[in-house]
Amino acid sequence: MLDLRRFTGHEMRLSEKLVEFNWGFLLLLLLIASMGFAMLYSVAEGNFSPWALRQAARFAVGVAIMISVAMVDLRLWMRLAYPLYGFALAMLIAVEVIGFVGMGAQRWLNLGFVSVQPSEIMKVTLILALARYFHGLTLDEASRLRNLLIPLGLVGAPVMLVVMQPDLGTAILLMATGAVILFSAGLRWRYFIMAGVGVLAAIPVVWSRLHDYQRNRVLTFLDPERDPLGAGYHILQSKIALGSGGIFGKGFMEGTQSQLNFLPEKHTDFIFTMLGEELGLVGALVLLALYFVVLMFSLNVALQCRNQFGRLVAIGVSMTFFFYVFINTSMVMGLLPVVGVPLPLVSYGGTAMLSLMFAFGLLMSVHIHRNLEISRGPSAFW
Amino acid sequence: MQISGRDSNRYQTFTRRAALLAGAQGIAFVVLAGRMYYLQVLKTDQYRMLAEENRVSMRLLAPLRGNIVDRFGRTLASNRQNYRAMLISEQTPDVEATLARFSRIVEIDSFTKKRILRDIARSPRFMPVTVAEDLSWDQFAQVNINEPDLAGILPDVGETRDYPYGEELAHVLGYVAAVSEKDLAAAGGDEPVLKLPGFRIGKEGIEKTYDKELRGVPGSSHVEVNAYGRVIRELSKDPGTPGSEVVLTIDMDIQRFAWERLKGESASSVVLDIHTGDVISLVSTPAYDPNQFNMGYGTADYKALLENPYLPLMNKALAGMYPPGSTFKMIVGMAAIEAGMDPNDRVFCPGHYSLGSHDFHCWKRGGHGALNMHDALKHSCDVFFYDTAKRIGINAIADMAKRFGLGSTYGFDVPGEKSGLVPTPEWKRAVKREGWHQGETVIAGIGQGYLLATPLQLAVMAARIANGGYAIEPRLTRAVGGSLLPVKEPELIGVSEEAIRVVQGGMNGVSNEIGGTAYRSRIAEPGMELAGKTGTAQVRRISRAERLSGVLKNEDLEWRQRDHALFVCFAPYDAPRYAMSVVIEHGGSGSGAAAPVARDIMYEVLKRNPTRPQAGNPSPGGRKSARTG
Repeated sequence: MLDLRRFTGHEMRLSEKLVEFNWGFLLLLLLIASMGFAMLYSVAEGNFSPWALRQAARFAVGVAIMISVAMVDLRLWMRLAYPLYGFALAMLIAVEVIGFVGMGAQRWLNLGFVSVQPSEIMKVTLILALARYFHGLTLDEASRLRNLLIPLGLVGAPVMLVVMQPDLGTAILLMATGAVILFSAGLRWRYFIMAGVGVLAAIPVVWSRLHDYQRNRVLTFLDPERDPLGAGYHILQSKIALGSGGIFGKGFMEGTQSQLNFLPEKHTDFIFTMLGEELGLVGALVLLALYFVVLMFSLNVALQCRNQFGRLVAIGVSMTFFFYVFINTSMVMGLLPVVGVPLPLVSYGGTAMLSLMFAFGLLMSVHIHRNLEISRGPSAFW
Repeated sequence: MQISGRDSNRYQTFTRRAALLAGAQGIAFVVLAGRMYYLQVLKTDQYRMLAEENRVSMRLLAPLRGNIVDRFGRTLASNRQNYRAMLISEQTPDVEATLARFSRIVEIDSFTKKRILRDIARSPRFMPVTVAEDLSWDQFAQVNINEPDLAGILPDVGETRDYPYGEELAHVLGYVAAVSEKDLAAAGGDEPVLKLPGFRIGKEGIEKTYDKELRGVPGSSHVEVNAYGRVIRELSKDPGTPGSEVVLTIDMDIQRFAWERLKGESASSVVLDIHTGDVISLVSTPAYDPNQFNMGYGTADYKALLENPYLPLMNKALAGMYPPGSTFKMIVGMAAIEAGMDPNDRVFCPGHYSLGSHDFHCWKRGGHGALNMHDALKHSCDVFFYDTAKRIGINAIADMAKRFGLGSTYGFDVPGEKSGLVPTPEWKRAVKREGWHQGETVIAGIGQGYLLATPLQLAVMAARIANGGYAIEPRLTRAVGGSLLPVKEPELIGVSEEAIRVVQGGMNGVSNEIGGTAYRSRIAEPGMELAGKTGTAQVRRISRAERLSGVLKNEDLEWRQRDHALFVCFAPYDAPRYAMSVVIEHGGSGSGAAAPVARDIMYEVLKRNPTRPQAGNPSPGGRKSARTG
C-alpha cells in the first residue's frame, strides 16, 4: 500500500507476485478441504479410495490452477471477460444440443477426455463479464435504466439456458450472483425493490412450470412429515443425523446415520451432515468459522482494491462462495428445500472444486493487483 | 486508501454496500449456528432416540417347538432341518420376475404364488417371506449357486415339524400349520412371534391343546441394521426358551398295531388304562398326513380329503356318535339290579316283544327261551332288555348311563369331543316338544332310539365297569415340561358290587362261554381272558314287508345302509387292567367285524410288560396296584 511503485502502474515481476500471494489464505483453504478429505475417508469406511484420494488430487490441481490464475495480470482477465463469457454461453448452448443427461438433468458436456458442466464455468465468467461491464460505468451511468439492459441480458441468457436443463439451483445462484454485482455496482435500491415484487408475482408462474421432483422438494421442505419415506426422507434423516451428533459428535467414523446409509448422498451434498454427526456441534462450528474467515478475507480483498473491476470480481466470488455455503448447510439443517448445491471445498466433485479454485485464483489476482488503477475508458481494452 | 476522485463515488457506494452484504453474511452465519445449536443441543435427545430406532432393530427368534413323545419316550413329533428359500422383497426390483426365474429351479404353482404375494403384502419390505420349503439337497444347492441371478432370494435352513408316524397318529397329535389371519386376530396382536416368516402353530389335536407349552418363549436379537435392513452386527441376543416336551399316555406300539388292524375301514378304537384313564391308543381311520398340513396341503389332495366318504378329517373316536346298540345292555342290567331286580329272575324270549299293537323283535327270530341276566348278556337277548327297560323306566336307565360316562364330555386333551346323547322325557319335551312314548324306553333297552355315544365314551363305560365303578376320566397327557400331570383320584360311582359282578360275569360269558356272541374272538391264554360285549347298531328302519320277506343280509346292502359294528371289552377278566372300544362304521355285526379286531388289539396290549420304565416316570414301581372290581 505504501509502495508507490505499484501505485504508479509499475509492472510486477513474477517473484513479486509470488510474494504478494496470500499463502495464509491458501492454508485456510487447505484446512477446509482437509476436513472434506477426512469425511470422505470416513464415508469409505476408513479408505482413501474411492473418494478421499481423488478429492485430494483434484484439490492439488485446483491449487495449481489457483496460483496460475492469480499470476495473470488482472487487466488481462478484464480483457478476456467477454470472450470467456461468450465461450461459456456457447458451451451452455452446446449442452442443450449435444449434452448428456446425468441425475435427471441435462448438464454435462463430453469433451472427449473429460466431462464438464458448462453451468459451473458460467458462474465464474458471469462475474467477470458483469464486473467488466460495470467497470466502464460511472455511478450515475450505472443507475440509469437503459444501461441495465446489457447486464440483465448477460444474466438472463445463461439463466434461461440453465433453467431449460433443468437446473433450478444453478439458475437461482446465477441470478443471485448477478444481483449482488448489480447491487455492489451501485444500482438504486428501488430497482431491487421492484425486482423483488416482480419475483413474488412470478412465483405462481414458475410454480406451474416446475418439474414434479422440484415441486416435491419445495412441498417436502414446507412439510417434511408429508412423506417421511419418500421425498421427506432426506431432510428427516439429515436432521436425525445432525441432532443425534450432539455437542461432541459420535466420533470420527462412528456416525451411525452415515455409516449405515440412512443418510443419502453423504459424500456429496450431505457431507456437512456427516461432519455434524461424527464431529458434533464443535466440528460443525469450526468448519463454519473457517468459511466465515474465508468470506471476511475475500470481502477485505474487495475493499482494498483500487479498481472497480477487481472490487466487483472479488465481491462476486465472495458472495458466490457464501451462497454455496449457506444454501448447502441450510438445506441439510432443514432450513431450505433440498437443492443440489454442494458444500464448497468439502463435497466430493470435480468441476465444482476446479471452478471454485479458479474463482479463488481470480480473487487472489485481485489481491495481488489491488493497487492497479485501470481506466474506465475504452483504452482499457488495449 | 487513496482513491482518485472520479472513482471515489463508486468506491464509497461499493464500500457501503459491501458492508451491508457482510452484515447479511454475519446474520446468516448466526442463523446457521443457532440452527445447529437447536438441533444438536436442544433437540439432541429426541434425535438420538430416532437414530437408535433407525440403527437398532429387534428380531424375534422363533423358539424350537417342544417334542411330543409317547409314554415310553419315543418321539412322535419333533423338528427337523428344512431347506427353504426366502424372499426379501426390497432386495429385488421386480418380485414377479424373481419368482419366474426361481420357478425354473423349483416349480411354483399359482396357488403358492398367490400365498407368497399375500405374505409380501402383509410384512415389511425387509422381512423375509417363505417362497419354497422342504427343498431337496439338489434343489437347495441349485438355489445357492444361482443366487446372483435371483435378486432378493435368500437360501435358508429352518426347522420344520416332523411327524414320523404320519397318519397313524394324526387324530391324536393334530398338526401345525401357517398362521392364518384368524389366528392373528385371536391373538390380538400380543404375539409378534406369530408374524415370523414360516412360523407354525398347532391347529388340531395335542398340537393345538398344548400349543402354548410346546411353542416356548421366543427369543430376541438386537441387531444393528443399515438403511436397507441388512444386519451389520448383533448387539445382544436372548435365545428364548424352547418349548416344553409333552409326554403322551399313548403306547406307540399299540397305536401302530391298532392302526394297522383298522386301516381300510371307517372305524375307530380307544384303549384305556382302567385305573388312570390313560389312553393307550386312540385310532380313527382313515386319517390325513399331518406332515402335509405343515407344508400346506395341495389343493387337489385337500379336496380329496374333503370328498372322501370315510371322512378322514373327522376324529371318529371323539366326534363319531353312534347308537351304542347292545353294548348298552350292561347299563340297563345294572340299572335294573339297582332298581331291585333279582339278576336270577328269568324272562321268556319268544323272539319278539309286544307293546300295545307294536312288535319289537329279538335278533334271534326263534327266540332265546327263558333266561336270566347273565345269559341275556351272553346271548345278547333283546327281549330280556326290552322287558327290563320297560319295567325300570327310562329315567333309571338314563341315570345309570350318565354315571358311566355317557351323554357328556370329559374335557379331553384333544379338541372336538362330542357329548353324545342320553335321552330323557325332559330332554324330549325340551328339544322335540313331544311327550315320551313307552316304546322309546323299550328300544333304549337295547341301546337304540335316541341314544348316541362316542367310542371314547364306550371305552370309558367299559373301564368304569371293569374297575368296579370308579369314575375315571380319560386323559392323553402324562407329563408336560418334565412334570407329571396328577391323576385325579376317581370318585366311586355308587353302584353295588353285585351289579358290577353280574354284568362283568355276563361279559365274561359273551367272550369265554360256549354260545357267547363273541366266543370266537376269545383270548384262550390263561390270565389274559377278556370280557366283552358285542353291539350291532341299526342304521336303517327295517320295514314289516322286509321282515316278512326275510331281512337282507348286511353284505347285500349298500355300505351306507349296513349296521355299525361295535365291541367293548376289558381284560384280563380276573384282574382287569385295560378297557377298550371298537366301532367299525357299517361294519356289519359286532361279533363278526368288531370283536376280532378288539381281541387282537387287546391281546397285543396284554402281551406287553406293563412295568416297563415309562417316560417322565423313572420309577414305575411306586405306582398304585391294580384295583379289582
